[in-house]
Amino acid sequence: MTVAVDIEQRLGAFGLRARFTSSGRLTALFGPSGSGKSSLISVIAGLTRPDKGRVEVEGRVLVDTEAGIFVPKHKRRIGMVFQEALLFPHMSVAHNLRFGRWFTPPAERYVDMDAVVDLLGIGPLMDRRPGKLSGGEKQRVAIGRALLTSPRLLLMDEPLASLDEARKAEILPYIERLRDETKIPIVYVSHSVAEVARLASDVVMLSEGRVTASGPTADIMQRLDLLPAEERGEGGAVLETTVARHDAAFGMTVLGSKAGEVRVPRLAVEAGAPVRLRIRARDVMVATVEPKGLSALNVLPGTIIAIEPGEGASVEVHIDCSGVAVVARITRQSRQALELEVGRPVFAVIKTVSFDKANATAGLSGEIHG
Amino acid sequence: MNWLTDLTPDEWNAVRLSIKVATVAMLASLPPGVAIALLLARGRFWGKTALNGLVHLPLVLPPVVTGYLLLISFGRRAPIGSFLENWFGIVFSFRWTGAALACAIMGFPLMVRAIRLSIESVDRKLEAAAGTLGAHPLWVFLTVTLPLIVPGVIAGSILSFAKAMGEFGATITFVSNIPGETQTLPSAIYTFTQVPGGDEGALRLTLISIVISMGALVVSEALARRVGRRLDIE
Repeated sequence: MTVAVDIEQRLGAFGLRARFTSSGRLTALFGPSGSGKSSLISVIAGLTRPDKGRVEVEGRVLVDTEAGIFVPKHKRRIGMVFQEALLFPHMSVAHNLRFGRWFTPPAERYVDMDAVVDLLGIGPLMDRRPGKLSGGEKQRVAIGRALLTSPRLLLMDEPLASLDEARKAEILPYIERLRDETKIPIVYVSHSVAEVARLASDVVMLSEGRVTASGPTADIMQRLDLLPAEERGEGGAVLETTVARHDAAFGMTVLGSKAGEVRVPRLAVEAGAPVRLRIRARDVMVATVEPKGLSALNVLPGTIIAIEPGEGASVEVHIDCSGVAVVARITRQSRQALELEVGRPVFAVIKTVSFDKANATAGLSGEIHG
Repeated sequence: MNWLTDLTPDEWNAVRLSIKVATVAMLASLPPGVAIALLLARGRFWGKTALNGLVHLPLVLPPVVTGYLLLISFGRRAPIGSFLENWFGIVFSFRWTGAALACAIMGFPLMVRAIRLSIESVDRKLEAAAGTLGAHPLWVFLTVTLPLIVPGVIAGSILSFAKAMGEFGATITFVSNIPGETQTLPSAIYTFTQVPGGDEGALRLTLISIVISMGALVVSEALARRVGRRLDIE
């Protein structure tokens, strides 16, 4: 188990009473603002002391109020990336990077300076002062600074929240590389479905200081009822695919998945590369017969495994497409007209595919209709 | 222009003594100044308001009162004074060290205020970040907090120095006006104004006072600018 948390803490309007364990590569603490996720990460980092409970990271007990254990933050060896980069303004980028490394016992320095500089593309910034960096550059340096302490765990507290879309797109691929190329487990706080669906291997969902659900990302993203109201439209299926081949004639790329082939306009990646797709529930139509004369290219056959009431006039139809669950949000009226019931074979017609490519250099993400 | 440059030995002594007293007063108040400023800016303890009041007392009391309080506590027969003399051989009364003590105490509230303000403007999250990077709180203070408050420390030091250069009331009450031992520039100017034909000497020393004070100001501005550039404040 990488992280095991079971704590109680009094916070303003509500009490934080959270309990979760995760051994994922990147565990997202996900919930609306004010749900207690940042407080939870502060407890793990040692910035705040819980009233009661226990925190364990990589087999090391950091907090145990019953046993009177509280490891101070500077002895935890947990890297933390804050929403604001919080670089030291009186030091150059190089000094900022070396700061944490200097306090790490030499025997435990397993993260290589050159590798981090290369991974985050911050080589050209080394002699500059933080005041002369853009928001995205600052955040990359902050990530590097945390990494160079050779942490046992990396915490990221909404590292993209204060950046604009262009800057976010600049950083995201680096976080993906971090997840895929280093061995350091990451706990990532976010309130954005798009970020979580793209980055997380596991999700811990928080609401008003309580853990409402936790598990693999693909499972959690289908629980539309758990998503915060303003993000509900972003929920849906998360599909792991690999590039099967490119279709030169139409300029398309064919992605293979357990559920079947998905065709998207050509991606600049090689065959075999992994691509994570997000299919939002509102972008899926349901057909009882294989549709003909339809512009949508991606139609996946499956069987209805559950129908749950959605908000207002909608219902959520969960369709099992050869082991991959796709969620469709349709109206109650359509459901009745089509006589949709659990166990009935149907076709999921995908109007739009959101894809995030797990390849840092191209930094590609987008949506494809049709 | 000879009258301006030909200082009498006593006048030279007054200039040298003033600079020595002010420098010692400034340097000696720095460590407690930073410590008290840190306590007042960050500490949460019983009696904080009282400590704040005590530090600021010399600012609101008549200087003569401060000088008299020093006299009855640091004099040779006074409790603190005799203790220091018996155990450490330190004597304040009617010595230049007493002048330095009086000046340090008079300038202390100014120094503490300047440093406290700069400590309060430091983003505590920067310190938290340094902590998560493995730095012990003492190292956080030395490598993050202290460098960031250097402009405030410089400003506070210059204020303390300037106050010491001009201090008169408390000094003359505590250690009197002994040429060569406790006669600082203000005391010397005062003495000149009390004797017939002393105007020339008073004017000479006044001009010297102005030059030293301006010099201190220019040096502090230059230092603050250099530090500011280094800090790259956003």
